[in-house]
Amino acid sequence: MANIKIPTPLRAYTSGQSVIAVSGGTVAEVLEDLTAQYPDLRPHIYDGDQLRSFVNVFIGEENARDQHGMATPVAEDAQLRIIPSIAGG
Amino acid sequence: MAVPVVTIDPAAVKLSREEVLRYSRHLIMPEVGMAGQQKLKAARVLLIGTGGLGSPTSIYLAAAGVGTIGLVDYDTVDESNLQRQIIHGTKDLGKPKVESAQETLLDINPYLNLKLYNVPFTSHNALEIIRDYDIVVDGTDNFPTRYLVNDACVMLGKYNVYGSIFRFEGQVSIFGDPDGPCYRCMFPSPPPPGLVPSCAEGGVLGILPGTIGTLQATEAIKLILGIGKPLIGRMLLYDALDMAWDTIKIRKNPTCPICGEHPTLTELIDYEQFCGVPAHDRSSYGEDQAKRPVPAISVREFAGWRSSGQAFFLLDVRDPHEAEISQMGADALIPKNVVRQRLNELPRDLPLVVYCRSGARSADVVRWLEDEGFTKAVNLAGGINAWAREVDPSLPTY
Repeated sequence: MANIKIPTPLRAYTSGQSVIAVSGGTVAEVLEDLTAQYPDLRPHIYDGDQLRSFVNVFIGEENARDQHGMATPVAEDAQLRIIPSIAGG
Repeated sequence: MAVPVVTIDPAAVKLSREEVLRYSRHLIMPEVGMAGQQKLKAARVLLIGTGGLGSPTSIYLAAAGVGTIGLVDYDTVDESNLQRQIIHGTKDLGKPKVESAQETLLDINPYLNLKLYNVPFTSHNALEIIRDYDIVVDGTDNFPTRYLVNDACVMLGKYNVYGSIFRFEGQVSIFGDPDGPCYRCMFPSPPPPGLVPSCAEGGVLGILPGTIGTLQATEAIKLILGIGKPLIGRMLLYDALDMAWDTIKIRKNPTCPICGEHPTLTELIDYEQFCGVPAHDRSSYGEDQAKRPVPAISVREFAGWRSSGQAFFLLDVRDPHEAEISQMGADALIPKNVVRQRLNELPRDLPLVVYCRSGARSADVVRWLEDEGFTKAVNLAGGINAWAREVDPSLPTY
């Protein structure tokens, strides 16, 4: 299974888990699986059916937005991460 | 659009005998040498924010011999700053941050030319302030100012050395290179208000800005010297809990509204409106819009309710670990982020007094409760900190 790293601001909605095993062949499927496991997370990364525009999903070093967006393929052993907007200083 | 290249003429300045001694550990490195040290002395760096990130950044840039440093901060030193803002000390409480920083920096390096801007950084003064500098270091603490710093740097063709922190995580990058991405390429739009907590709401590990601010200073020095591989088109991610560093790629967005091929943003905008939140606590944004006022009770009035035996239900909407800091006899502790899933635990027939640390989160909760038909919900104005200050001094404030 692929893994997805959850940033600190969103861990309140994943029972504190920082890395979650997810299944799916595309970014869309992986995020569906993630939000099915942690439904409280859904409103924080989706606005209705759309991924929120401030949420960046990376597969390895690459932003899904720079590839095929939600249709970007996800390998079986891929390391994904959600990169949050943070503003503290 | 201006092209950001740090072109500093080392011949423009000379080092004194004292400065040669002071910078000798730089001078003996071939990557710096006399020409590099003269570049540092000729360089002008603007730091926006003299808080967690600005503290280490300005200290190291001053010590390294950056000749001109500008500091922008309208705030004063508060006790809750001292856990991480190491440029300020206990003796500085209540002083303007830029003045407190000036004392520290000039003690470290008296040859420094310091320029202080004791004002909020806004769309009205941003271009004028940035114009005179070679490099900008973003150490601000809110989304409106981060978008403002980005846009002003792109418009003026200045490098923007970006650092940002939250709890145990940090991000570092350099924006504003003509061939590289800007902040908007990575974050086209800000998070909706309330979705991402600030450090004041969510907390920050005190050491974290030391790590991230020091990296920003390193990148600024490299840009000035023209050495190494700058963090352009890359973002460094730091997780202090896992002690893990990762690098991700950031690509220039050809449709970016400010740095793309056909920019639509040609002047600075109202960034508080854009982000839906105020940029600083002296801002009037939001006072008359977006958030409707909620019924509130002062802590003294609430103390009267208690002593008269009036019936009420007291709801604490802070996070559980905050209740370990101070408590005032709540009937229930239900954190703000789960209140809407637990409305069935709350009475509708009693006055429902809601509190948090200082009254902002609880006001949001009272608004939601009103929307759900709770007609007797009231906000405890000023939160438990006001209760501690005015009614029960045995409690700490935080």
